[in-house]
Amino acid sequence: MKVSIEDVELVAHQSQLILSEDEKEKAIQDLTSILEYADKLSELNTDDVEPTIQVLPIVDVFREDEIRPSMDREVIMQNAPHATEDSFIVPKIVE
Amino acid sequence: MELYKLTIHEANKLLSNREISAKQLAESVLKRIEEIEGKVNAFNTITAEEALKNADAIDKLIQQGEEISPLAGIPMGVKDNICTSGIKTTCSSKMLENFVPPYDATVIERLNTHNAILVGKLNMDEFAMGSSTENSAFKNTRNPWSLERVPGGSSGGSAASVIAGQALFSLGSDTGGSIRQPAAFCGLVGLKPTYGRVSRYGLVALASSFDVVGPITKDVTDCAIVLNVIAGRDVKDVTTADKPVDDYRTALKDDVKGMKIGIPKGFLDKGLDSEVRTSIHQAIKLYEKLGAELIEIDLPHAEYALPVYYIIACAEASSSLARYDGIRYGYRADDYDDLEELYKKTRSQAFGSEVKRRIMLGNFVIGADYYEDYYLKALKVRTLIREDYAKAFEKVDVILSPTTPTSAFKIGEKREPMDMYLSDIYTVPVNIAGLPAISIPCGFDANGLPIGLQLIGDLFEEKKLLQAAYTFEQNTDYHKKEPIL
Repeated sequence: MKVSIEDVELVAHQSQLILSEDEKEKAIQDLTSILEYADKLSELNTDDVEPTIQVLPIVDVFREDEIRPSMDREVIMQNAPHATEDSFIVPKIVE
Repeated sequence: MELYKLTIHEANKLLSNREISAKQLAESVLKRIEEIEGKVNAFNTITAEEALKNADAIDKLIQQGEEISPLAGIPMGVKDNICTSGIKTTCSSKMLENFVPPYDATVIERLNTHNAILVGKLNMDEFAMGSSTENSAFKNTRNPWSLERVPGGSSGGSAASVIAGQALFSLGSDTGGSIRQPAAFCGLVGLKPTYGRVSRYGLVALASSFDVVGPITKDVTDCAIVLNVIAGRDVKDVTTADKPVDDYRTALKDDVKGMKIGIPKGFLDKGLDSEVRTSIHQAIKLYEKLGAELIEIDLPHAEYALPVYYIIACAEASSSLARYDGIRYGYRADDYDDLEELYKKTRSQAFGSEVKRRIMLGNFVIGADYYEDYYLKALKVRTLIREDYAKAFEKVDVILSPTTPTSAFKIGEKREPMDMYLSDIYTVPVNIAGLPAISIPCGFDANGLPIGLQLIGDLFEEKKLLQAAYTFEQNTDYHKKEPIL
């Protein structure tokens, strides 16, 4: 299928990405060529085929609900790009 | 002989007999890194100081007469998408350039318990997206057999470092071929275990229904030794199978008499380099000579594997990578007015072009308009591909194919995404079905570049793979050749 500029702009927004005009052009080409290749799948009739989400027959794995130590807050906060001692700092989201 | 050239089992013997110390071994490997890293560029981080300290501690254990693990004192490298507590884990991305995990991946915990020694974290394609390690945000790793060529990918650093003697073994991860393809390009043994055989806890997610951690080693014996340590159920990863782990070394038998080896119809016809084809034909003949029974099998949906893989893997990746928002860890853009701008600028500045391409493709195929035609369709064809293999394994023990259609290509040679994706054509179907597969060296082309042979097994049949691979290795000497650096 042929991807349009509108498709690319929408999917960039959904992906939380900003694209330059050049990047949009390249994205149209790349996505089109990959999806045209993927259109090969339409040759197959899959009406009666169940989808595979994962390959092992594992369902509903349970464990005891035990209290285990959690990670040290101080250590975790060291990876935050912008934070106080114990809180992440983000732009204001409510007026 | 330089100690860095040893295999794990050779080094273990020398350590156990106290003919060498762990410190001497670590020093040899670290010196080798110092000498040739400028050519190979395999490492993102080198942990020399900690390695020497750990080696000292292991020497003390040995002096006290403690029985040591086969991995004790063995210098290892780890792909930079496997979390190491207190040591940077970057995924070769600007997004995680300064990320220091507060915990170890389960595989690391297990290797640490066995006293393996980490010498560093290895370069890769950004977030494991790629087949050449050229998508690293930091540097191009070079193939030690020919420095103008790629080492393969995405675990390129993992393969290059081992063949160059910068580690005795390494860990990689395999989502569509990322252990096997670089192992083939570098003349090594690379195992992709069955999905769920090895814990993914602490492996940075790319595509969660495909990802698996596995070893890259100099020979098949080493492969079994590492698998023994990393395989098994993990309560922290519910997709690990609750199945007992065999002692994989018991599979190291030089015997394929009566073993049924499947050759997929048409796999050796088109799109395959002629020297690779010749090597694979020779391997088939050798197996026949050694008493294996060769059976032609049919994998009618194999030709659909690549689109199925890219649709599902990118869909899963778009979700896995949604967590990088510049808030809790990782990169954050400097300048933004509101939350959405923070997200968008952060992600646009810190992700490379292949990562952006796959996130967008993933979000595209799960969008309401295209979900049925692409994502759901791919999940259904995934079922057909699995059924092909299931049918084949009713008749055969293992399936044989090339690992890659060509030997290592030149840095910068493949510029279009589709060209690059096609280099995974023999490895991708295996991940779709979750099967175990191993790549072993089976020849060299006229340029002196290694060629890889892939053996595929049924779910949890790693032992059959190891036995077939070990037998091949015992009757050839491709694994003994070394690049001159």
